Amino acid sequence: MSLIEKILQGDHKATAKLISKIEDEPTSTLKEIKVLEERIVPVHTLGITGPPGVGKSTLIARLIEHYREKNKKVGVLAIDPSSPFTGGALLGDRIRMQMPSPDEGVFIRSMATRGQLGGLSRATNNAIKVLSGWGADIVIVETVGAGQAEVEVMRVADTIVLVLSPGLGDDIQMMKAGILEIGDIFVINKIDQGETGHLERNLELVRPGREKEGWVPAIIKTIAIKGSGIDELYKKIEKHRKYLKNKK
Amino acid sequence: MRKKIRVLIAKPGLDGHDRGAKVVAKALRDAGMEVIYTGIRQTTEQIVNTAIQEDVDCLGLSILSGAHVKLFPEIVELLKKRGGEKILIFAGGIVPSEDIPELESIGISKIFGPGTSTQEIIDFIKTQIGADRKRR
Repeated sequence: MSLIEKILQGDHKATAKLISKIEDEPTSTLKEIKVLEERIVPVHTLGITGPPGVGKSTLIARLIEHYREKNKKVGVLAIDPSSPFTGGALLGDRIRMQMPSPDEGVFIRSMATRGQLGGLSRATNNAIKVLSGWGADIVIVETVGAGQAEVEVMRVADTIVLVLSPGLGDDIQMMKAGILEIGDIFVINKIDQGETGHLERNLELVRPGREKEGWVPAIIKTIAIKGSGIDELYKKIEKHRKYLKNKK
Repeated sequence: MRKKIRVLIAKPGLDGHDRGAKVVAKALRDAGMEVIYTGIRQTTEQIVNTAIQEDVDCLGLSILSGAHVKLFPEIVELLKKRGGEKILIFAGGIVPSEDIPELESIGISKIFGPGTSTQEIIDFIKTQIGADRKRR
């Protein structure tokens, strides 16, 4: 059986192998990607971005649980930076996403940026297609800890969740161009760790610019580690998915 | 592009001390490898699942609890079942020398005891993976 057939049957090893091939020898996989594209329906892709340490991985872990309760298959691509000096990388996003026992309906892959700027790796876009072939009902892409200009995720994700936490910047920071403009949903995580009113008011200043498109980015407050606010986030993501569908 | 060496550093079982595993993970990172670290208290199923999804070339097991004789063979068996028999397995931590031959016979390629330099581990991985890739 070909690699593609195995992937389409939900085989984890075949899925992992093709993602590696896309990372290592991208040009050799063009044919496979084309075959895959003919066989799949594009999967809803959720981008999770935000500065380092705000709780992106923990939030994803909670979302995985939520989607699994609804029997949806979840693919995750978790991206961390490669060293500019050695090319090595420490990929640690999985630590927060460990489930008590492995679940056939969840496929998590850690990826290093390998010199690519913008918060993703070069292989991300095609890796999403592979996970779509594997049968994912949703693919979650976690960017590297993002600063202000890591906005590449907008090219691959349908819905973008920007995660922030209390204590980040003043109103001028919020007025700058870049990452704050791309969020479809804003999350203020770790709301038990400080005052959030200031951040919330500043985010509200950023929002109105996109009203004419018919979608007002919501601001959702969570404590990911305790699971609080996740249901609301899930509902908002699904609402955005429907909004995009109607827009087409 | 030259293929990157991907390594999973994992701690099976119930010991909570991971300084050694972290030192090795960082040394391998600095040697240019992509290192996946999954934290403490992992079940054998979790470790094997991660190794398959991440398509690693090698798996480094760190253990201090004394449960290696029980857990290592389980990992080797589960890897075989999931098609990961080509993954190079090495280990480190506290493993009495009399247990080493048995573990090596089931497919643990090398056990590094206390006092091993990180360079020794790096050299071992690069030599083994290099030779393995040439064979293919």
